[in-house]
Amino acid sequence: MASGNGYKVVGTRPIRHDGVDKVTGHAKYGADLNFPDMLFGKILRSPHAHAKIVSIDVSRALAHPGVKDIVTSKDLPTLSENILADDKVFYKGHAIVGLAAVDVHTAEEALSLIDIEYEVLPAVTDVAKAIREDSVVLHQSLTTNTLGEKTGKPTNIGSHVRHQNGDVEAGFAEADVVVERTFTTQTVHQGYIEPITATAKYNPDGELTVWTSTQGAFNVRQQVAGILDRPASKVKVVPLEIGGGFGGKTTVYVAPVAALLAMRTGQIVKMTMTRDEVFEGTGPAPATLIRLKMGATKDGRITAADTDLFYEGGAYPGSAVGAGANCMFAAYKIPNLKIDGFDVVVNKPSSHAYRAPGAPNSAFAAECVIDEICQKLDLDPLEFRMINGAKEGDRNPIGPRHGKIGYLETVEAAQTHDHYQVEVGNGKLRGRGVASGYWGNGAGRSSVNLTVNQDGTIMLLEGSTDIGGTRTSIAMQAAEVLGIAAEDVRPAVVDTNSIGETGVTGGSRTTHATGLVAIRAAESVIEQMKEKLADHWEVNLNQVDFSDGTFLNSDNQISFKEAARICSPVVGSVTESTTGAGGAFGTHVVDVEVDEDTGKVEVLRYTAVQDVGTAIHPSYAEGQIQGGAVQGIGWALSEEYVYDQKGQMVNASFLDYRMPTSYDTPMVETVMVEVPNPGHPFGVRGVGEVPLVPPLAAIANAVSRAIGVRMTHLPMNPVSVLKALNKI
Amino acid sequence: MSRKAHVQTQINGENVEFLCEPRQSMLEVLRDELDLTGAKEGCNNGNCGACTIIVDGRPVDSCCMLGVEAEGKEVQTIEGVATPEGLHPLQQKFLEHAALQCGICTPGFIMNSKALLEENSNPTEKEVRFWLAGNLCRCTGYDKIVRAVLDAAEITRANH
Amino acid sequence: MQAFDYVAAKSLSEAVDLLTKYRDQARILGGGTDLIVQVRENRRPVGVMVDIKGVPEVNTLSYNGSLEIGASVPCYKIYSNREVKSKFPALVDATSIIGGVQIQSRASVGGNLCNASPAADSIPVLIVLGAQCAIEGPSGERSIAVEDFCTAPGQTVLESNELLVKLVIPTPAPNASSFYLRFIPRNEMDIAVVGAGAAVELSADHQTFVSARIALGAVAPTPLFAAAASSVLAGKPVSDESIEEACEAAKGIATPISDMRGTAAQRTHLVGVLTRRALNGAINRIKEGN
Repeated sequence: MASGNGYKVVGTRPIRHDGVDKVTGHAKYGADLNFPDMLFGKILRSPHAHAKIVSIDVSRALAHPGVKDIVTSKDLPTLSENILADDKVFYKGHAIVGLAAVDVHTAEEALSLIDIEYEVLPAVTDVAKAIREDSVVLHQSLTTNTLGEKTGKPTNIGSHVRHQNGDVEAGFAEADVVVERTFTTQTVHQGYIEPITATAKYNPDGELTVWTSTQGAFNVRQQVAGILDRPASKVKVVPLEIGGGFGGKTTVYVAPVAALLAMRTGQIVKMTMTRDEVFEGTGPAPATLIRLKMGATKDGRITAADTDLFYEGGAYPGSAVGAGANCMFAAYKIPNLKIDGFDVVVNKPSSHAYRAPGAPNSAFAAECVIDEICQKLDLDPLEFRMINGAKEGDRNPIGPRHGKIGYLETVEAAQTHDHYQVEVGNGKLRGRGVASGYWGNGAGRSSVNLTVNQDGTIMLLEGSTDIGGTRTSIAMQAAEVLGIAAEDVRPAVVDTNSIGETGVTGGSRTTHATGLVAIRAAESVIEQMKEKLADHWEVNLNQVDFSDGTFLNSDNQISFKEAARICSPVVGSVTESTTGAGGAFGTHVVDVEVDEDTGKVEVLRYTAVQDVGTAIHPSYAEGQIQGGAVQGIGWALSEEYVYDQKGQMVNASFLDYRMPTSYDTPMVETVMVEVPNPGHPFGVRGVGEVPLVPPLAAIANAVSRAIGVRMTHLPMNPVSVLKALNKI
Repeated sequence: MSRKAHVQTQINGENVEFLCEPRQSMLEVLRDELDLTGAKEGCNNGNCGACTIIVDGRPVDSCCMLGVEAEGKEVQTIEGVATPEGLHPLQQKFLEHAALQCGICTPGFIMNSKALLEENSNPTEKEVRFWLAGNLCRCTGYDKIVRAVLDAAEITRANH
Repeated sequence: MQAFDYVAAKSLSEAVDLLTKYRDQARILGGGTDLIVQVRENRRPVGVMVDIKGVPEVNTLSYNGSLEIGASVPCYKIYSNREVKSKFPALVDATSIIGGVQIQSRASVGGNLCNASPAADSIPVLIVLGAQCAIEGPSGERSIAVEDFCTAPGQTVLESNELLVKLVIPTPAPNASSFYLRFIPRNEMDIAVVGAGAAVELSADHQTFVSARIALGAVAPTPLFAAAASSVLAGKPVSDESIEEACEAAKGIATPISDMRGTAAQRTHLVGVLTRRALNGAINRIKEGN
């Protein structure tokens, strides 16, 4: 069944190649390995949010029957503080000691036999407090790098960047309405269902093997090799199936410790986090404090925007404030702009990527202020976006010009959608909110190895781990080029010894970058087959053509399968640092109903419009959009890290870290507009991250309009809504 | 450390015996002793359903059951759902509807949905969503899962 | 998880003997959905796990003039039972929302009661239905009203050599029904922020309250029987005003705390909201003839 835009395979919905294994329980995920005589690793983590480590005594634990080895930071060849703490701990959950024992229960018992003396220090877990002059300072060595210059004074502000364009004061003077608000967003976790896991084996010949679930096997290789001071060529990383990542599994946590223990014991060591360890020991998305002032003329033109973004990097600097700044106003033309972004450390786990890292937070602020401006001007919020929306050639207000983009198309599709045409309904507290969002999408290095079998089927080896169906979307791209069915391509995600370097499955890069190299490999294979057929047919090479899955010259015409029998084996091997990714936009429409007695928000209807470039496999592109939207519902309404007075997380469990269930969400209608990306042969744009950018504001705008009170703090849980309603 | 218990049970229609410590959950026994790794650990406290199995016809979080409690019971795991004849309608519909992305929650959803359809072969969307509330999915947003279960229900009704 | 021994008791006397032998070291295992997690998290130590699911007396679910629920009968059997559905609908309300379906396959009302969480969903229902707890110990049987069973968060009147055998619930009068609801931030799977149960008897013309029992969860160290709120309704007309009076009285006895699941102010406010909804729910059931 061909798709609408002239492709034979692209745009269709074949069953994914790994599907049967996954619905029958046979697919092997990171923690599914069992080896004889395997040891189980566990980590002792700091119970304090901020403390000096005075002494560590592991003698009682070492003496416990069944415990084989214990390591601390001093056993790591390269200091890697977030893997195993040095002499200070910076968050509750900070890893300090690793050990291996004969079974997981023995390992757990041994943890309680480790004696650590701490000097507990005051902790700061709120960015608003951490930026104050009188705040507790986490790192004496950290001084602010402000606009390129170091201040020399210990602080919690790691860096300060600024984007500036035009004259914001003049812009505000020109405005008929100015809105200024302060927003906060809470610490949230990616919430992948599969905990962090790694199993390591050290061969007597010096090769280290690490089996793990990861978004980037080569990342794991590089980090493990670096930390353990081994050559990368002697570290083999075998990526197993991965149970969710959303950015959180693009780095390592337990792999280096498992590897170290494997090297020292000579046995295979498996180390898997428990759920509370995942919450407390891995990087969540940063909480933020954002002050934003925007101005617009009465006919709806934005004249100026001035914002301060404070993002929590957690225990170490490195929050995604930069990306937050880059994406915040990408959808609009704004002549006068000033963005100051601050990366702030606090006593929380070191923050890490979560689906369009940085962008959901800044979009929350921008899209809510825009909504308020629309209310004050009595302008339709989608019409406002048509007036100010960017198209090809316009500049992202922070600088770069947009190439071909499809923002306005998403707004139009939202405007004309049935959802936007019907009344939101009254009689209860109901409201409708809209919001847009942007993500730049990535490219970068990928490698594939494509082999033509004698029967015309294809082996397609790749390094991109598959978190959402990419092995199929990449196989489909190769199949399209070769003129064969998607089912005739056999994709496999292979280890780091078996394929060229490949970047992470993240940044919405995979369908673009790995698809691109698969296309190139398929094209290379066709060229080779043409050469062989020229010999076979005894004609000149320039007399052999390939079109529509058929090789032909003036006298002969054979299918790819028949050609394969003649030509195989043929191998196409490509590694490329790709470019040409296309940024993408989404516009979401949400209807909510608020129970005015309890403050509970019900999401009644959700429509998510997104420019996907070209949907290779529409079902999986839709799935990305729906998944991101529902993560957004959780972020907007119910998820948060709750801390006590001592800076300790109190809800590190799926019971009280409340992610949406199937009973909390409506169907999510997806509308995929397709404005093809010129940088990819089939027009692909990354789809995975954009969906989490609009929902926070779309839902907040809906709630604000439902109750007549502007909501500026997340989550909008029942307590906060009751307070906004003045009921408590 | 207490002595291991010797347990006799039935898993996916086969008689099975194993040794386990009383403190090993049924989930640990399946995964670590019997190499049936289809059931997954997501939370180990009954809040995510990734470990769902069927015991004497009822869906159960295997992390909240001790291995020794399997004595004399009939246990079904994801590995026993497909037959030599082919996939169960739920498995087929999950694939057709793209009701999985990373797939880690899928065994738990299929086991719990199977129990639902055996109890109620004509559930409404709301009834499906309520029944499946004990299974967390972070990838799909549930839309395609619910559609797959409703579609499989239709097949199940047609087959009877 | 700490190591422990496991014994599957085959009779009530065997269970009592084991409890008497091991005292504080023994824990009764029913559905295990609270206990196994607590042991795993080092919140309840255990030396011997005494599995009572093989003891006949704790597994019976029968109606013979009164409803008898064995302590280990799982929730799903309770909410599927015909007599429970028709005569004790609040029990259906509560048992169908304790955890998810997987939890309900094993978790029991007896276990919910013995776990004695202030937020337990089934306890306010047992209180308003006037349940009696049948307890077995080495010196025989004793019975206690369910509202006196929990003494503090996680604590009950049970001695360490006693176990709960069953709950006995009297048949409601004609023109009576019951209702339970809770407030949670999501739509399922959460611990109650506030729970409210109501059992109401109306006059034959459904215009007047004959009696009412109201109970609250998660607003005090134990589930509470709201005696004053309950008695304020006797003889009053069925009206918004009477109901508001009961709600205010209910709010008056709540002493909620602020914790990660809710604030004290929110909980007090919700007591009023949920008491009203529980009373109206029971009244509607009577009027609709359920």
